[in-house]
Amino acid sequence: MSKVGALSLRKRYKLYWERNKKSQGYLLKKNISDIIYRIIRVVLLFGMCFLILQPILQKISISFMAERDLYNPMVISVPENFTTDNYQLAAMFMDYGKTLWNTFFVSLTISLLQIAMCTLAGYGFARFDFPFKKFWFACVMLVIIIPPQTLSTSLHLHFRYFDILGLIKLFTGDTLNLRGSVVPYYLMSMGCMGLKNGLYIYMIRQFFRNIPKELEEAAYVDGCGTLKTFLRIMLPDAKPILTSCFLFAFVWQWTDGFYSSTFLGNIKLLSLQLSQIGEKLGHYIVNTLKNNAGASIGYTNCIVATGTLMVIVPLIVLYLFAQKGFVESLSSSGIKM
Amino acid sequence: MKKQKKLAGLQKRKAISGYIFILPFIIGFLAFMVNPFFKSLYMSFCNVEISGQGVNNVYAGLSNYVRAFTVDTEYNRKLVEEISKMCVNSLAIMVFSFFVALILNQKFKGRALVRAIFFLPVIISSGVILGVEYDNSLLSSVQAVIEEETNAASITGALKEILVTSGVGSRAFEQVFEVVDGIYDVAISSGIQIIIFLSGLQTISESMYEAAAIEGCTGWESLWKITFPMVSSLFLVNWIYTIVDSCMKSNNEVMEKISDTMIKKLNYGFSSAMAWSYFVIVIVIIGISSLIISKGVYYYE
Repeated sequence: MSKVGALSLRKRYKLYWERNKKSQGYLLKKNISDIIYRIIRVVLLFGMCFLILQPILQKISISFMAERDLYNPMVISVPENFTTDNYQLAAMFMDYGKTLWNTFFVSLTISLLQIAMCTLAGYGFARFDFPFKKFWFACVMLVIIIPPQTLSTSLHLHFRYFDILGLIKLFTGDTLNLRGSVVPYYLMSMGCMGLKNGLYIYMIRQFFRNIPKELEEAAYVDGCGTLKTFLRIMLPDAKPILTSCFLFAFVWQWTDGFYSSTFLGNIKLLSLQLSQIGEKLGHYIVNTLKNNAGASIGYTNCIVATGTLMVIVPLIVLYLFAQKGFVESLSSSGIKM
Repeated sequence: MKKQKKLAGLQKRKAISGYIFILPFIIGFLAFMVNPFFKSLYMSFCNVEISGQGVNNVYAGLSNYVRAFTVDTEYNRKLVEEISKMCVNSLAIMVFSFFVALILNQKFKGRALVRAIFFLPVIISSGVILGVEYDNSLLSSVQAVIEEETNAASITGALKEILVTSGVGSRAFEQVFEVVDGIYDVAISSGIQIIIFLSGLQTISESMYEAAAIEGCTGWESLWKITFPMVSSLFLVNWIYTIVDSCMKSNNEVMEKISDTMIKKLNYGFSSAMAWSYFVIVIVIIGISSLIISKGVYYYE
């Protein structure tokens, strides 16, 4: 068996040189440059992947280190005193179980709501002609471009003294204070004004625009109404883009600090807890451990790294499951921008 | 005549259903965008006083703006720093993401894995995580220790020394090395841009490249003559997205200052004025640059 293989290898080798000769050395040159190109590509890709992954790996190794390992110059990535104390501490500071559930619930409901609304709007912009369409679409662009921070000041007050056309004041004698409750953010999500919702509308619209018109017309001819066409014909087709947008919305909502701190201040969310974790560590060390020096920079960073890991691990798990659908569908759906 | 009327009816019906579909957006826009938009613009010209009864806006003319640009010690410096950083970084992000998208569009083993890794920044660079990560002094101190131990004898370091001290265009070289040093920031903020470029690259039909290759086009030439024009419209989209994204980042110092002024010091008028002047500057940059870019965009029909 091996003899045949060797023979055919030699034969192939001979054949190759013959072909090379016939092409006046072109084949060899092309193959060599091909191989060099591949090697360069592998090196580049490996380097860049390492660049992206390194901080995460670093965090993982730090999170298992005991405090004295951090200052030990001999310990670089493998901890000498393996410990899970950091995780317990970080979980305690963040109230992890409850916060995780809160974050999950809020992110899921809000992203579902946002995507549902953005799908409607995107479909409307893509498939219908109506007066002032350009104007409204310019408004979508405006929503994309205006940083929410610009408006945050007045949104803040808008919800602090919330009122619809003075109706509430008329009945109860006072405006509603919606600050710190979840309601305003759900309302905003319902009106496609949440985090980066303009972008979702834009992406979904671009997708729907590429579906051939004949499909829709055939549905109309067969007696489908507008709504039925949308639900039965268009939505199943749009699954890839909707999944991608949903994942974006979910992930961004999960880690969002701005809207969370502006509107959802009273609920314990991971993103907010994470940004306070350093302070909490300081309090804990001073008040509970009675160590007046407070937390050292290195140890604070260690706990922050652990906390960050605990925040992104659920996302990474989700990402690993949805990765195929996410990456491939989005990049192969061929959205023309 | 009758036929035309019927068509008009269908069009009307379609227009109505179109409006019904975008109704959520319209309501949201009117309720949560228009009002705060003008209110915050108005507030930036006012001294906002908050009392038990409600908000009290006292018209104060341009004083908030004057204060932001002439009295406040930090704002000017932060604004200039942030904007110049944004321009350089956005350029680097565009080049980097285009390059990566080109590579990721090729077929090779483990492509799915590499793609997954490159899109990971969409998760790890979003929201608060970036802000938390940004002042990771432990990492940098570890790095300093390592550099000390190895006596800083790296090739790039030597190259940098030679190029910067050579005197020819040293400012430009410094700029370049700054970008190279910050390659992590660039890589981590180009997840979405890579996806957008990749989706554009996938719409280019293979037959175009084949035809070019038969005509004797090298890979390099077809990159500039086919790939580049075909995705040129995406450069515009990506450019705008990158700039807007860098405005909303949680480690943006100007934005930090604005929200600090608002939430901690409760100085609504002043923070609105800062937010608005920053926003106007960014809009002007976006407008001018997208005008320039859109001159070069090629639309394939």
